Amino acid sequence: MVDKDWHWAHEVHRHFREIGISQAAYVPDGGLADLIKLCNADEHIRSVVLTTEEEGVAQIAGAWLGGKRGVFLTQSGGVGNCINMFSMIAECRIPFFSMVSMRGQWGETIPWQVPMGQATAAALEAAGVIVETAWDPREVPEMVEACTKLAFDAGRAVAVVISQRITGTGDRG
Amino acid sequence: MSDYSLKRREVVHRILENRGDAAVITGIGNASHDVASAGDNSLNMYLFGVMGGAVMTAFGVAIAQPNRRVLVITGDGELLAGIGSLATVGVERPDNLSIIVIDNQAYGATGGQLTHTAAGVDLVGIAKASGIKRSELLQSWEDVERCVGEIYGGEGPFFGVVKVSSAQEPRVNVPNDGTLTARRFRGAISLSEPA
Repeated sequence: MVDKDWHWAHEVHRHFREIGISQAAYVPDGGLADLIKLCNADEHIRSVVLTTEEEGVAQIAGAWLGGKRGVFLTQSGGVGNCINMFSMIAECRIPFFSMVSMRGQWGETIPWQVPMGQATAAALEAAGVIVETAWDPREVPEMVEACTKLAFDAGRAVAVVISQRITGTGDRG
Repeated sequence: MSDYSLKRREVVHRILENRGDAAVITGIGNASHDVASAGDNSLNMYLFGVMGGAVMTAFGVAIAQPNRRVLVITGDGELLAGIGSLATVGVERPDNLSIIVIDNQAYGATGGQLTHTAAGVDLVGIAKASGIKRSELLQSWEDVERCVGEIYGGEGPFFGVVKVSSAQEPRVNVPNDGTLTARRFRGAISLSEPA
């Protein structure tokens, strides 16, 4: 039985606390709204709204340079804005954990969302970011836990992609 | 477009004289050479390639290390490529972040093509309007001396635009192994964490 009040964001946020995440950088997105709200309300996490997504890649690189751990939260459209900034993550081998909520994918109705959405995973991988995609909300917490290990312990750049099947945001502008 | 008398390297060296244990993030291009020419330092992180990323990288360091002064030394072209960062800094206002823009009004590393500041785009005005109250235009040596204290202290972030001569300075060897310089920087930060 799945509790109807259960949401993956609560477990993910709890995990962020457990592994000492102290910065969250994001451009708002409906698919990540619950997680963003939890981070905003958490006094242990400095939550930063960005004007554009590549700012967040640089900020999270800076967090690690400063000895701390951050997470980067973005919609798939924002991934395209980050490509050049990912050079710093790759070249400096900076541990990098991000969560990407999808548009232009499962049940999308806005045609303009499709080109970047369909290019998101390929663009991340081309930039050296390991991609894991969740299709079922129940698999998100375990995937995040595994991927934060890969990021912070094995020192890799990792994105957990939350599919549009989970977010159900296909009919928003 | 008018040229200015301040020499970029002299200004950067003067500012760095007082750095103590400050961390320094350099924007891509000539600013890296200006900083490296003052002597390499484990607390320098030189960026290459990631145009527009210097301010936010330093911002991440600054909020991770609130008791340490963090400087950005960058150029006008690099800053313009990440101009939204000023709005983010203006909202977050970290006390320990100082941003120094060496403004030669040109893309010096690629042949001197003019930047928007040559046409009058006012970076100090943008910073002020973004909420960075301590935003200053530095055009003389007196301005530089006056602002050195501001750079290493005061409340809220500091933003300074130094109008400098467009004359090119000699290139120096800037450490460009990012894997090395990033770990060296992080190690130096954690070993000497201010109380």
